[in-house]
Amino acid sequence: MMRVFAAAAAVVCLGAGPAPGGGALDVLLAAKPAETLADYHLFTDDGAQHPNEGVTPYALNTPLFSDYAEKTRFVFLPPGTKAKYRPTGALDLPVGAALIKTFAYPADFRHPTENVRKLETRLLIHRRSGWTAQTYVWNAAQTDAVLKRAGPRIDVSFIDAKGQSRQVDYKVPNSNQCKECHSLSGRIAPIGVKARNLNGAFAYAEGAENQLAHWSRLGLLVGAPTPDKVPRTAAWDDPHAPLADRARAYLDGNCGHCHNPRGMGSNTGLFLDLEEARPNRLGFGKRPVAAGKGSGDLEVDLVPGRPDASIIAYRMASTDPGVMMPELGRSLVHEEGLALVRDFIAKLKTP
Amino acid sequence: MKTLMIAAGAAALLTGAAEAKTLNVTPGGDVQEKLQTALLDAKPGDTVMIAAGRYELTDGLSLDVAGVTVKGAGPDATVLSFKGQKSSGEAFLVTSNKVVVRDLAVEDSKGDGIKSKGVDQISFLNLRVEWTGGPKDTNGAYGVYPVASTNVLIDKVTVKGAADAGIYVGQSKNIIVRNSRAEMNVAGIEIENSMNADVHDNISTHNAGGILVFDLPNLPQMGGHSTRIFNNKVVLNDTQNFARKGAIVRDVPTGTGIMLMANRDVHVFGNEIDQNKTAAILLVSYTQAYDDLTYNPLPRDIVVRDNKIGKNGWDPQFPGGDVVAKALGGTLPPVIWDGVTNYTRKGATTPEMVHVRLLDGPVANLHFAAPGSIFTAKPAVVPSIDDGAMPEPKPVVLPKAQTAL
Repeated sequence: MMRVFAAAAAVVCLGAGPAPGGGALDVLLAAKPAETLADYHLFTDDGAQHPNEGVTPYALNTPLFSDYAEKTRFVFLPPGTKAKYRPTGALDLPVGAALIKTFAYPADFRHPTENVRKLETRLLIHRRSGWTAQTYVWNAAQTDAVLKRAGPRIDVSFIDAKGQSRQVDYKVPNSNQCKECHSLSGRIAPIGVKARNLNGAFAYAEGAENQLAHWSRLGLLVGAPTPDKVPRTAAWDDPHAPLADRARAYLDGNCGHCHNPRGMGSNTGLFLDLEEARPNRLGFGKRPVAAGKGSGDLEVDLVPGRPDASIIAYRMASTDPGVMMPELGRSLVHEEGLALVRDFIAKLKTP
Repeated sequence: MKTLMIAAGAAALLTGAAEAKTLNVTPGGDVQEKLQTALLDAKPGDTVMIAAGRYELTDGLSLDVAGVTVKGAGPDATVLSFKGQKSSGEAFLVTSNKVVVRDLAVEDSKGDGIKSKGVDQISFLNLRVEWTGGPKDTNGAYGVYPVASTNVLIDKVTVKGAADAGIYVGQSKNIIVRNSRAEMNVAGIEIENSMNADVHDNISTHNAGGILVFDLPNLPQMGGHSTRIFNNKVVLNDTQNFARKGAIVRDVPTGTGIMLMANRDVHVFGNEIDQNKTAAILLVSYTQAYDDLTYNPLPRDIVVRDNKIGKNGWDPQFPGGDVVAKALGGTLPPVIWDGVTNYTRKGATTPEMVHVRLLDGPVANLHFAAPGSIFTAKPAVVPSIDDGAMPEPKPVVLPKAQTAL
């Protein structure tokens, strides 16, 4: 009852009912998640391709690897609200904001815009009581996505960029698993929308522009310095960026959400977020604590010059649930990410 | 009337169990979805009741709702099998406070068995966690695994086959482990980087090591202290250590009864320790490299008294053990201490002194000059070592709700 009242109050404060054209704030803020994605009015079409008013597409310099799924991202801000800049961590997004991420596979990655099959659209919604996470799984006709809380599996096959046929036993996360990654001190929190990870160009309909500059210019973001004054997470696959920057960006995006002092992996003492600078915390000379067979008979997380002796690389190369890292979100090895981290370790010097 | 309703409302808020429901889960159909949905639907005060039967799960389960009891029909009746597990680092993860998991079995998890992370008031009751293929290095690491938790109760739990520790409590506070059985694990029961633990009336047998109390450096919670180990049966720990390299328990010699490493205020009394071929009780320092200014690698303020110690130490399984045993007449005495008596923390100027009260002698004092410096050893056997009385840690008291379980 209290919760319903709080939600109602929030709606009153922020303006009840669907905003003109934009997302349905009352649905976003309701205590119970909507049954279908369409109920939120975040898109103007059934296929969630065309964002409604107030919904802005974005991309990350270095995202999490998710079994090669293509991800499209949007942020919804309620009318009249803005995101606040933070130099570290995710941007401060207002109550009513939603982060929207669709996972999809093209039938053939050599033709990435053709025969694209959407699997699920995940929502992270900022309610007055905090962030909540839900996911909506698409029907075969790709016209409707319905709420799934227990995390089903979906068979997926695709042709990869090299022309090889690939199968994925794709796992939709259950609501708790959303939180296992999206967790800061035990509460759900956004991960990707850090200023540093958004600090790059996006190909908007009206032309390419730096995302932070674009958001600031349109009044979606307040307090941000000009992009050149904001730290920038390297793109993990940018061949022109320094190797160490790319690898640290990759480890931040793929490991740092758990492996940080406030994440699910805090007890390990292995911290791989970009803010971490202590060598032992980064894995240098660090022995495993609770790895079990995850050690792979190796003694140390990170051995400069020796990827084969480094537990981090061993666990990235595994698909055994009791060994693999990350624990959630993949069933395949990310060959290119693994190659990057191995290359990084091979060229590392002892700090 | 209004007052009454408010009072009722307040009571409901206080107990969080105004309309406690039971959510029943039965075998058959998509048990993965049924079970996980019940765990998501449960509200504070509810019970998720898992009927007798076998449940073949494909993915890890998790609970993030406070005040929920997850209950089976008994550890041999309700069996959650993870033989076909495809994802998650454990079989069952609890991340919410005041949770009770009881009366069920978890089998063949690909990673850990039942884990709680960052939970206040977690109770594991009458459970069985087992790797049914026996001891193998491909088994999961921990059977029951509370970490970074407070007020931990582990009672009548059986763990078999864990490739690290069967019952493992890490970086936690206020802990009771009792009436439980650990068998065929690398370590039976391990308390690590934790404060205030009572480990009593357990049976630890056929592991490589029976009961361990450790403290490791470079972790968010360190400085483990105040553990009482009493009235346990630590017998016949004879399974060859099958841990992978890298794991600290790999260093536990096969056939160790009780091992204390880098911890303080540990009292060991009233236990039956018998038929462990390396030693009844080992007190050793942490010997690996670390760069942690706050860490003290020595066991200190240790009391060993009034234990019933049978035949142990006839075939010690640590490097050089046979030589030491020969020098001491063929068999190691009940208590082995590395004998490091002081440590100066990195960056400090004055050393901290070690006090021990080892009364269940004879005691072999190896007189190491520093942690792990086996070549400086000057083994000597003395009837006992007594640096004087040391206050026993206070009995662990759990919150009322857990005491009543």
